[in-house]
Amino acid sequence: MSVDISVNGEVTTAYLNGEIDHHTAASIRNAIDNAAELNMPALLVLDFTRVSFMDSSGIGLVMGRYRNLSRRGGKLHITGTSPQIYKVMKLSGIEKLATIDECKK
Amino acid sequence: MEIINKFSMNILSRSANEGFARATVAAFAAQLDPTLEEINDIKTAVSEAVTNCIVHAYRESIGKIYISGEITDTNIIKIKIRDNGCGIENVEKAMEPLYTTVGGERAGLGFAVMQSFMDSIRVRSHVGKGTTILLSKKIAPRYTVNG
Ligand SMILES: Nc1ncnc2c1ncn2[C@@H]1O[C@H](COP(=O)(O)OP(=O)(O)O)[C@@H](O)[C@H]1O
Ligand SMILES: [Mg+2]
Repeated sequence: MSVDISVNGEVTTAYLNGEIDHHTAASIRNAIDNAAELNMPALLVLDFTRVSFMDSSGIGLVMGRYRNLSRRGGKLHITGTSPQIYKVMKLSGIEKLATIDECKK
Repeated sequence: MEIINKFSMNILSRSANEGFARATVAAFAAQLDPTLEEINDIKTAVSEAVTNCIVHAYRESIGKIYISGEITDTNIIKIKIRDNGCGIENVEKAMEPLYTTVGGERAGLGFAVMQSFMDSIRVRSHVGKGTTILLSKKIAPRYTVNG
């Protein structure tokens, strides 16, 4: 599992890579939070294009980032989800908190 | 209904085994020729059940997780995931979406995922003794022309 960060003005994008479960969630969280504290983005984009699996630990991860961001008025966007990840996202109702792109096929 | 294949294994409740457990069960299920969506449903549900053994049943300690599977001649896969951990006081409550007993970043959606991604789930739990989760899913037979 790895996280690549790119910063473009007000927008910070975290490119997640690998499988997201309880085992990997903590290190992903740290990588995203370090970048968010440094850059204070108005918009944080989580890019799941290279994530091959996610369970509800990933929902905890997304919800936690949403809470941190919304405390200082930042917004969250989710993109690049596979059908498997999109299905887990949908079940959680996360689209009420963040914007999410339709999943790739 | 006849059982045509089985496996069983046990693993330590180390978080590194979450990926191992779901991949192993998915490999066993593959012989039913499931769609990618069906295999992902099984993987996700197993990941939830195994993670619960690690996070909730054994917490700071390390115990054994017993995982077994059966395939029937009616194309049903049954998966059993058992721990000898702390048990669940109120199963009905534990299964409510968003209910979680630990702080941090648990979503409280593990049971909701198991329920919606599988055909059926049964939970047996005794406080101080442990928990058994039974999951089952029928894999729709796929007929192919020209084999
Ligand atoms: N194997 C288990 N042993 C003990 N308690 C469990 C077990 N599985 C689930 N629970 C309890 O049920 C609650 C809900 O589980 P779940 O829906 O997976 O959400 P989460 O894991 O995010 O807390 C847990 O917070 C825990 O209290
Ligand atoms: Mg859980």
